[in-house]
Amino acid sequence: MLEVKDLSVEVGGKILLKDINLKVEKGYTNILFGPNGAGKSAFLRTLMGFSGYNIVKGQIIFNGEDITHLSIDERAKRGIGIMTQRPPDITGVKLWDLVKVIAKEKINIEEIAESLDMLRFMERDVNVGFSGGEIKRSELLQLAAQNPSLFLLDEPESGVDLMSIEIIGKTINDLIHGECKCAGERCEHKKSALIITHTGQILDYIEADRAYVLCNGTVMCSGNPRELLHDIKEMGYGECIKCKPKKI
Amino acid sequence: MQAEENLRKRAEAALHKEAAYGKNIELTEYDIAPMDLAYIEDLKDLDEEAQRALLNAGIVPSGAGRIGSLVMIDNTITHNSVTDENIELMPLHFAQKKYEWLKDYMWNLVQVDADKYTALSYLENANGYFIRAPKGIHTKMPVQTCLMLGSHNVSQTVHNIVIVEENACLDVITGCTTGTGVEKALHLGISEMYVKKNGTLNFTMIHNWSDQIGVRPRTVIYLEEGATLINNYITLKSVKSIQSYPTARLAGKGAFARFNTIAVAHPGSELDLGSRVIFDAPETKAELISRTITTGGKITARGEMIGNAPRSNGHLECHGLVLNNEGTQRAVPILEANVDDIELSHEAAVGRIAREQVEYLMSRGLSEEEAVGMIVRGFLDVGIGGIPEELQVDIDDTIAMIGKNAM
Repeated sequence: MLEVKDLSVEVGGKILLKDINLKVEKGYTNILFGPNGAGKSAFLRTLMGFSGYNIVKGQIIFNGEDITHLSIDERAKRGIGIMTQRPPDITGVKLWDLVKVIAKEKINIEEIAESLDMLRFMERDVNVGFSGGEIKRSELLQLAAQNPSLFLLDEPESGVDLMSIEIIGKTINDLIHGECKCAGERCEHKKSALIITHTGQILDYIEADRAYVLCNGTVMCSGNPRELLHDIKEMGYGECIKCKPKKI
Repeated sequence: MQAEENLRKRAEAALHKEAAYGKNIELTEYDIAPMDLAYIEDLKDLDEEAQRALLNAGIVPSGAGRIGSLVMIDNTITHNSVTDENIELMPLHFAQKKYEWLKDYMWNLVQVDADKYTALSYLENANGYFIRAPKGIHTKMPVQTCLMLGSHNVSQTVHNIVIVEENACLDVITGCTTGTGVEKALHLGISEMYVKKNGTLNFTMIHNWSDQIGVRPRTVIYLEEGATLINNYITLKSVKSIQSYPTARLAGKGAFARFNTIAVAHPGSELDLGSRVIFDAPETKAELISRTITTGGKITARGEMIGNAPRSNGHLECHGLVLNNEGTQRAVPILEANVDDIELSHEAAVGRIAREQVEYLMSRGLSEEEAVGMIVRGFLDVGIGGIPEELQVDIDDTIAMIGKNAM
């Protein structure tokens, strides 16, 4: 599904990401761990094609196609969807109107909006005056309308109260895994995800397959998500940095 | 008679007086507009092109959804019909003959010697529309009026009076447009509006001029206790020069005024648009909202609030988008407080569309063009109601074109 090969990215004249190799197989949900400033958000934004992230080396392959230099909307049309941490306010554009344009009438917007407790925000301007949790729920509503095959989620649980985490976690699980009950079925379902998490809270709601640790702009390690999370909690990222980077 | 003589002298003395703002227009370049055009019984009898021009200025030729229509082409009232007898809508000259008291309302808010444009309008004894909503009458649909420049190289002079009596509520849509083949012309419009105790006036003006048209409206609205004014002004099409600075005087306790301005300056256009509110009574409120876009023209968005009475509250918002390197946006907010117990605030911002916003929408699958169009549409949406479907389609097309050209 997604393959990142030797990717190096420059931001504001500095190399921020270097020689990143990473895969998200079809039907897999992979996790990206890493300390603050490691470059996790920059990595996801580079995958989506946002400006300001100059690829100086490497490739991004999506479903066998080299999308390294494709525009943002072309990547979205091919099935990549992103939830960023701080989406911009879009004054004057009602959430309802945006979701309608995104969905192209594929889904029952009202039903999803209701399940995300977003019905009362539909006539509000997108993100204007939204709280942390409301922004996340609005992003998920938009992603549900977009229906991508690869979800890039940047800290879906940050800035969210406990009640909202539950709604958000369950919705993400529904979006990615649908009704699938096992890994085999998930492969059939063909939805994949790459999720950044600091706290690992989201793992209470989503079955993850593999995790990568990003430190100092490059992938240091990969492995079982729960084991890695446990190790990071026990020993911190210092050990990852000390540990010789493995071939991923 | 003495009073009239005085006005005449003042007007004559001001015939060369340039306006405080806007490029000076030489009146001698224009002929006097015809006053003897043929009367149009039914607006639906107009040819398709003329009907389309009316629709694009918000005027419905069939009169559907309207309670009255008045059309003035050049200096001639060419159509006047009313379907709601509770409302008075007639040519001003006719109303002057009918109501002796009307003289007290004329040249009362707008001064004849404000500048040469007001002076000429007085000296030409300009005709226009007279609209009156009698005491307690609430209209369910708007009155529509159209001011059209029908002849080439003329100056049209217009004088309008609107009176909303106590506890009455009136909606007015005024569309301004240009006839086929009129390349160059000048529109001068005097409007004096009175909203009496607890009355409400919703006034929407749509300007749909063409490339070489000069426009100099002069408008003052007087609001009594508890009165409300919602003033919407839309100009999205190319025009040579508009300079307008309508003023609302909040003279009665608790009066409220809101001005919404949405404007686009195309290449070659110079727009100098403002709105001014004078808080002369306690507990008065006002909101001045301006959303302007330049695609290559020059635009100045002014806003002024003068606070003379306690416990008043006003907010001014000037936002401007620059979609082209050739264009200029100026925001000029002025706040003046002459008492201590008053709150006046403003926010002004000019600049290009944030790249971050465009990319956000693109990440949802919208093309760059669609994303810019959606942002521009949202930017210009200040919630103006009562716009006919045809005009809304025209507005959407114009916005889509702006989005396309902004790339």
